[in-house]
Amino acid sequence: MSAPTYDLGKLHGGLRLPAEKRLATNQSIQLLPLPEQLFLPLSQHVGDAAQPIVNIGERVLKGQLIAETDSSLSAPIHASSSGKVIAIEPWPVARRYGNRAPCIVIECDGDDKPIDAMESVAGYESLTPDDLLLQIMRGGIVGLGGAVFPTAQKLMAAISGPLDYLILNGVECEPYISCDDMLMRERAEEVIRGAQILMHALQLSKCYVVTESDKPEAIRSLGEAMGKIADDRLILKQVPTIYPSGGEDQLVQLVTNLEVPSGGLPTDVGCVVQNVGTAAAIHRWINLGEPLISRITTITGDGISNPLNVSARLGTRVADAVEFAGGYTDRANQLVVGGPMTGKSVTTDDIPLVKATNCILVLSETPDIGPEMPCIRCGECSAVCPIQLLPQQLFWYACADDEKQLRKHGLTDCIECGCCDLVCPSHIPLTADFRQAKARMLEMADEKARAERARRRFESRNERLAADKQQREEELANQKRQAKSIGSAEIQAMLDRSKEKKEDD
Amino acid sequence: MTDKVSIAILVITSLAIVAGLLLSFAGRQFPANADDLIEQVNALLPQTQCAQCGYPGCRPYAAAVVRQEAEINLCPPGGQSTADNLASLLGRRELPLSSANEYTQTKRVAIIDEPLCIGCTKCRDACPVDAIVGAHQYMHTVIAVECTGCELCLPPCPVDCISLVPVA
Ligand code: SF4
Ligand code: SF4
Ligand code: SF4
Ligand code: SF4
Ligand code: SF4
Repeated sequence: MSAPTYDLGKLHGGLRLPAEKRLATNQSIQLLPLPEQLFLPLSQHVGDAAQPIVNIGERVLKGQLIAETDSSLSAPIHASSSGKVIAIEPWPVARRYGNRAPCIVIECDGDDKPIDAMESVAGYESLTPDDLLLQIMRGGIVGLGGAVFPTAQKLMAAISGPLDYLILNGVECEPYISCDDMLMRERAEEVIRGAQILMHALQLSKCYVVTESDKPEAIRSLGEAMGKIADDRLILKQVPTIYPSGGEDQLVQLVTNLEVPSGGLPTDVGCVVQNVGTAAAIHRWINLGEPLISRITTITGDGISNPLNVSARLGTRVADAVEFAGGYTDRANQLVVGGPMTGKSVTTDDIPLVKATNCILVLSETPDIGPEMPCIRCGECSAVCPIQLLPQQLFWYACADDEKQLRKHGLTDCIECGCCDLVCPSHIPLTADFRQAKARMLEMADEKARAERARRRFESRNERLAADKQQREEELANQKRQAKSIGSAEIQAMLDRSKEKKEDD
Repeated sequence: MTDKVSIAILVITSLAIVAGLLLSFAGRQFPANADDLIEQVNALLPQTQCAQCGYPGCRPYAAAVVRQEAEINLCPPGGQSTADNLASLLGRRELPLSSANEYTQTKRVAIIDEPLCIGCTKCRDACPVDAIVGAHQYMHTVIAVECTGCELCLPPCPVDCISLVPVA
């Protein structure tokens, strides 16, 4: 019932990359010891930051809600361990924009005492989908594949349309990262139970659990777990090892052979994609009552002495995690949060490990690839682009800052996978240029909207002033007309009256 | 016979050429609809409404440009790129931005030091986009998201309590 199947759609382009995953998969997942201090950013997700509801000096317990939200796109934050709140202040973080963000700092007391309310929700099957989604939201669950979109909101948006499939994404196609692989090997049952909760929340009866062909151990243990749970709504699928088959839209295309329209979402073709780690986190919250306070993170790269996967409390400093992994090697040169293709280079290891941190990658000296040269129009980049864009054209228009053409050539559909970069013989940093161009485009759209509002306000003000003026002129004209209609005899009478009055005085 | 055919071809071709020339000339000199063109020009202007161009707002300047009464390089907030865009839209010669008008390109908004405000309403009446609210003898304030940073509210204030701050 759970043999991998091969009836797959086709992916355009993509690359076979050296996986480099073995480094960290030789040993089982280790528990990272509790650090002395935890740094919990208020914004660990897409959307608005959560608002702290604890005060400095307050004692908190493990799993206690410490920042909540009433925004329509956000996620609450829970204390990862027990201790005392010692500060709420900006601290270095790894974000796409900006280097610091407000964090709640907890000094751990080492007892790791859980809050009483950490008990399971008895039988989620009895909840309506809406209640279940609300419950998922309270657990602070966000997409753990790296996008950190609040899960409940994603699911709520999804159920507003017709759906056919839930797709559990265990592809993890980016080199070096192996946290999902290890999760599926060691905790396959959690993944499957999470999938069942998701199916109930979405009222779906079909779920593909998808992983890449280079993960035989994960496939085996997923198969075993599915055999044990015996839920025939779940189907295990295997996709070829090609980067970036784990991108949401790419995965939908591979599994269902349906193309997600440009600018659309997988829900447009009836699919909801969830990361396997997210499914496991949902299981832990709904069935075991543990909110999202830890995650599995890969610590790897040739700059790490003992690469491995750890289960870490959120808020642990990267420096502590690296130390647990044997520390840096002499060759360590570059610290990246995330994978080598889509991750972000950071300059300090003081940053905390957060919900998004699937990998801490330390690389030795980056090989000098040589200077950037002019584009020779070889077409390599468009051959590998999984979205079938024309990166060389995009590059041209990005240099010219030609917004109209950038839009026309689908810049907004670029998933920033980095394939085009990697193959470009002229070493043009295409992806970085596209990222900048996208930011610039957003800025320009913003400016345009402002200008349009200013124009309308200016024009309506002018209309109002003109109307006022016209009204005043009409009144003036009226008065004049009245004065005329009174006639000279009456005026003479008026003058006489005033004269008499004066003489009386 | 062949003569007649070639004459016919010649006549018709030259007619087409003359008509084409006439049309393109007409298209340049008398645009299909002057209002349309003014709108197109206006759409390229930054809508700061600061009047630094010498006209009381962007649309009046657009109208003056279309009527060939104003040069294309008079809008400081728009910068060189706006001047170039106008040149290419109207098929006019590119000009460097008129240096008579100085303008910082960073986006700024006005802010009123509210305790100092005496409620004279002068700034409110000066604002071209109705971005200041307040009643006579009461404190006034700037709606920051609507403010274009045009600076027109600064000179009228009798107590100099308005300043411009860069947008974060
Ligand atoms: S980074 Fe963008 S343009 Fe380049 S290959 Fe990936 S999707 Fe295509
Ligand atoms: S791969 Fe590089 S050199 Fe080749 S067409 Fe693309 S951008 Fe140009
Ligand atoms: S100078 Fe000011 S008023 Fe004139 S067009 Fe430019 S922004 Fe508009
Ligand atoms: S508030 Fe002042 S600076 Fe802002 S738009 Fe109005 S007049 Fe201009
Ligand atoms: S002009 Fe100055 S004093 Fe008068 S209302 Fe405006 S801010 Fe207040």
